[in-house]
Amino acid sequence: MADAGALSPETVMRQMKQNGVTDIVWLPDSETNWLFLLMEADPDLRLVGVTREGHACSIAAGLFAGGRKPMMLIQNTGMMESGDSIRGWLMGLKVPIVLMVGYRGYTRHGVNTDTAATYTERFLMAFGIPFYLVENDADSDRISTAFKEAEQIQGPVVVLVGDEYHGFNR
Amino acid sequence: MMHTADLLKVFAEHRGDSIVISGRGGKHWIGISDTVLDVPLGDPAMGGHSGFGLGLALAQPNKRVILFDSEGDILMSMGQLATIAEQAPVNFYHFILDNEVYATTGGQPVPNAKHVDYAMIAKGAGFPRAFNFDELDAFSKELPGILKAPGPVFVALKVWPEVENTPIGQRVRWRKRGADKVVRDLRGALAVG
Repeated sequence: MADAGALSPETVMRQMKQNGVTDIVWLPDSETNWLFLLMEADPDLRLVGVTREGHACSIAAGLFAGGRKPMMLIQNTGMMESGDSIRGWLMGLKVPIVLMVGYRGYTRHGVNTDTAATYTERFLMAFGIPFYLVENDADSDRISTAFKEAEQIQGPVVVLVGDEYHGFNR
Repeated sequence: MMHTADLLKVFAEHRGDSIVISGRGGKHWIGISDTVLDVPLGDPAMGGHSGFGLGLALAQPNKRVILFDSEGDILMSMGQLATIAEQAPVNFYHFILDNEVYATTGGQPVPNAKHVDYAMIAKGAGFPRAFNFDELDAFSKELPGILKAPGPVFVALKVWPEVENTPIGQRVRWRKRGADKVVRDLRGALAVG
């Protein structure tokens, strides 16, 4: 098990189940490898792997159009690369969806050496996308909050996973 | 080379109760059919139609999903072909309208416009069946069999470009519903929203 101060993959899986997620559209990153093993073992969850994060947006939009409840699992680098797809396919089509985004480079004190972290929250603010930071299991209720908000605003809401060095990658 | 309007008329005879994402054929298809199972989205973000079609096909496995994509979109998102082939939805039929140019920006050629074999690329990505057509007669003859067999199938169609050079603000807007309304209408028709 991960240490008590980390965000455990089991906790994230529980949140997915509580919120009725049916499909994970994703591209692996350094924060989510152990979560992948759990997701892969779950027969009720469909995994749709993509080759570029922007592709996940239109796939998720199509899944939503057909009545499924997808979630996206990507890294902040890929999120920034996906700007136009987030705008057009998720915001434009009013798709209520949660994006769990690995917060590469995040440091709690704000001094970082990775520009991926420097621009992540600025990017989200520029797009007007609500976001929540989750660092450990005690924060996990924020994932459910994000799902509720996505339904309310009929658009994307981001959960930033600020746990690059702990539970997701044991 | 075919005219998009002509090949869509041929397709319409075999459409049945399929969901049709009209994509790059939208302005012609809307004159043929504009029901809640027709999904004219315009261009939410280039390169994404194939993903939308995949997602919809996965979500509705009992409905045939037809997409009219373009070569410019495929060139922008070639990796989507591998994702589609891996998921392998048997109800997904992926057509592309290959006019060899970026028609809405004035007709500039796409990279290596005359020498890309899109069916070969789709097969290389793992599509079990893929075809190229450049004549209407051959397309008309083969289409019924293509639609009867299981997907995913990829069909590249050579079409004459319909280049638009007028400023975007002066172009005729052919869509009658916004893209989000189209999605809501579809969800209503499918009883999922």
